[in-house]
Amino acid sequence: MRFASHRDIARAVERGVRRAGLPVAHSAGFSPHPKISYSGGAPTGAASEAEFLEISLTAELDPAVVRDRLDASLPEGIDVIEVADLPAAAAPRLEASEWRVVLPGVALDDAIRAVEAFLAAAHAEVERLTSKGVRRLDARAGVVSLEVDRRATAEAPTGCAILRMVVRHMAPAVRPEDILAALRHMSALEPASPPLVTRLAQGPLCTDAAAAPAGLHGVAALGAATMAEAPRPGRRDAEQGQVMETCLVAGDATTAGTAPASAYEQLPRGAERPGEAGCAREPDERDRPNARDRATEQRVS
Amino acid sequence: MQSVYPLLEPLLPLVRKPIQYAGGELNSVVKDWDSCDVRWALMYPDAYEVGLPNQGLQILYEVLNEQDGVLAERTYSVWQDLEALMRAHSVPQFTVDSHRPVRAFDLLGVSFATELGYTNLLTALDLARIPLAAADRGEEDPIVLAGGHAAFNPEPIAEFIDGAVLGDGEEAVLAITRLARSWKAAGCPGGRDGLLLQLAVRGGVYIPRFYDVSYRPDGTIGAVVPNRPDVPRSVAKHTVTDLDSWQYPAKPLVPLAETVHERFSVEIFRGCTRGCRFCQAGMITRPVRERSITAIGSMVEAGLAASGFSEVGLLSLSSADHSEINEIAIDLADRYGGTNTGLSLPSTRVDAFNVTLANELSRNGRRSGLTFAPEGGSDRIRKVINKMVTEDDLIKTVSTAYASGWRQVKLYFMCGLPTETDEDVLAIATLAQRVIQAGRAATGRGDIRCTVSIGGFVPKPHTPFQWAAQCDHETVDARLKALGAAMRADRRYGKAIGFRYHDGKPSIVEGLLSRGDRRVAKVIRAVWQDGGRFDGWSESFSFERWERCASAALAAEPVDLAWYTTRERGYDEILPWDHLDAGLERDWLWQDWQAATDASGAAEVDDCRWTPCFECGVCPAMGTEIEAGPTGKRLLPLSVVGSKSSEAIQPLAMTGGAG
Repeated sequence: MRFASHRDIARAVERGVRRAGLPVAHSAGFSPHPKISYSGGAPTGAASEAEFLEISLTAELDPAVVRDRLDASLPEGIDVIEVADLPAAAAPRLEASEWRVVLPGVALDDAIRAVEAFLAAAHAEVERLTSKGVRRLDARAGVVSLEVDRRATAEAPTGCAILRMVVRHMAPAVRPEDILAALRHMSALEPASPPLVTRLAQGPLCTDAAAAPAGLHGVAALGAATMAEAPRPGRRDAEQGQVMETCLVAGDATTAGTAPASAYEQLPRGAERPGEAGCAREPDERDRPNARDRATEQRVS
Repeated sequence: MQSVYPLLEPLLPLVRKPIQYAGGELNSVVKDWDSCDVRWALMYPDAYEVGLPNQGLQILYEVLNEQDGVLAERTYSVWQDLEALMRAHSVPQFTVDSHRPVRAFDLLGVSFATELGYTNLLTALDLARIPLAAADRGEEDPIVLAGGHAAFNPEPIAEFIDGAVLGDGEEAVLAITRLARSWKAAGCPGGRDGLLLQLAVRGGVYIPRFYDVSYRPDGTIGAVVPNRPDVPRSVAKHTVTDLDSWQYPAKPLVPLAETVHERFSVEIFRGCTRGCRFCQAGMITRPVRERSITAIGSMVEAGLAASGFSEVGLLSLSSADHSEINEIAIDLADRYGGTNTGLSLPSTRVDAFNVTLANELSRNGRRSGLTFAPEGGSDRIRKVINKMVTEDDLIKTVSTAYASGWRQVKLYFMCGLPTETDEDVLAIATLAQRVIQAGRAATGRGDIRCTVSIGGFVPKPHTPFQWAAQCDHETVDARLKALGAAMRADRRYGKAIGFRYHDGKPSIVEGLLSRGDRRVAKVIRAVWQDGGRFDGWSESFSFERWERCASAALAAEPVDLAWYTTRERGYDEILPWDHLDAGLERDWLWQDWQAATDASGAAEVDDCRWTPCFECGVCPAMGTEIEAGPTGKRLLPLSVVGSKSSEAIQPLAMTGGAG
């Protein structure tokens, strides 16, 4: 699942919803699409234990039933952790993400030195190749906290260092790969093979997060939201009860209950796989010289 | 058997679209290695995004995995970026299901929909560490079998494969499995050759090495003779009958990665007797065998429930020809009304009925574009190819389409057909302009469009055109250029007509591989060694390479690229595939070829589904007959689809009412 792009995940979820027989609402118009929205998906190449999405349904359903059915309908590697039914007004507050980054072949001391140098810097300009060309951004600006996880490093197989970081959601987005690029640039920190990036949590940012030195708990896990059914008939599109989903990140639920959680679902469990941004572009318009292949490709509608 | 994933995984972040190598598709099957005694690797020799949706491979995957003690996994061609990394890091060709090395399997079945996959076969064998030449393989190597339409002339790859299976694979793979199982259980008597002999004698598999080919000084074939006593002189194709008892795929593979077809496809019938003379598929898949409306209904229901796809494709070579297509269209549109499920059918036929059908199928969705395949620009050339549709038919059909709300019509053509002149091709421009005129008249609107798509014609084995001279690429390209200019010339239509074409060079290579003999293997090997990969993709195809390698590899032979492609064959010449039997009478094909090129105008051949038999020879040769309806049955509505009640949470599969 680590290698799946946003679009891959979105397609899988749409199909899962159909398989589960959920009465999903569709957009109006020429080509109706199921109303499913995603916020801040993890980049391709990164695993995630905390993804969120919203599904609009046309009927009132027990969130637990939705959870079970959807979970059973999704491919292995995408698990629905929790579903909550929330009023549309309760917007999500996904302000930051916590990430774990495994750096194969990096010594503990080197990792500590690099992290210290990074934190000491006021700015860390990096370049990222995007579809619109090279983009420059300040990786330091997004970092709420960054630390070498000594305990995890000690427990991990030898020859890798493990980082934990809390990164603010901002525009332009700062991704773990940008921070790793800065570490590489500033301290020549070079893993032997691609780093394994995993998103551990998403949520509101605690005000004291930046100042919390030991705890990497800057991200508050979302609590189980109250199941408030809210179908509001009236408006044309309002026969939809907004069934929304939420995820629970294991442990550390410092603000459980207070999060204005809407509805989210936790997505990939992402087995430990290496990561870095892959490409998720459209499939190539196949330009086959074989005229005979057309017979199977032509469609009437 | 160990997974190679730990070796592969660190490479994936470094390649384009890594998800295609990760496997884990919904409905994929991973069986326990040790509890199976016959293990198949199934390959589609093209990129994952093209290979995954392939029906044939999915069907065999399911048929085999349903068997106790039999395991089937899939493998696809890896792109060059990963190929380079796999070589650098010693990662072998792997299956996507559980990332096992392909060489560990007993059998490697490769499905060739097109000959342009041949170089990809060599890449896969090489990455798998299986010797390229079948003669060099040992007991530890899998038996490499080719299937698919290209297997009807596997001679160009005869050196690289152990066997070829002609025709429908469902029963054939099971027969091969049984033979492999008893051979293994008996302690592999006779070694590798022992199994191959069994396959040749009892499995209906063509084993090239059991046939010696001799050549005359002029380069033509002298004889093809079996070199083992029990091996048949001629190898016949396999034909599955009663499609209702083979309802596959039942659990379609649903990938995470984006692929070329994102839909659930049901084959509504197999075979086609329209008799288009250029069409290999129509000739080698005879006779027509329909799936009943009720079986189609239950397959659609189960397939959608198992996949979550939002589109259904009703596949066949000419879907509108199903005896109950009207009922199928209406009943499926009724069933899935309000569920945002799209229905589509591939279409090559030009008649108003097709538009009615398309209207019915699109009742619940959008009407964007309709596709028709007149194939030839003039009435004369359409008679030559036996595509019995007049220009007036076409104009009437497109007028109906535009009037029903379709905004765009796509027209498919071929260039370089036998007897074709410049005028036949230029007639396409006039035709396209008439189409636009008709559309504007029918709708009173200016925003209608017509796209002309055209590619080079390749004569194929087992068709009446198997003797034809392929048109050289210079002529094809000149005609395409002139056509483009003619279509742009009139400003009144300029923007309304789109023009897409494939140039003639890839067709020449396809022609070489389609009608080649065993000597062509040298060319394929040379091209592959020179870096040839993914020849079906314009970005990696190099005509210059094929030309250069062909002249080098064939330097010592009395034949060359032109000999294989642009040369017309005579009645007496032994064709490389004459010992392979698609059921068609050679003399019938020859007569049809003569009828096509008759100086007084081509004679037309009707469809034997509605007219008396034309004695193509397939049914008596194969012991088959046409299986067609009508059954008179209808599909009942599904009780809860689209319902807003809480019951809607039930998956379709649990609702019954399959009709």
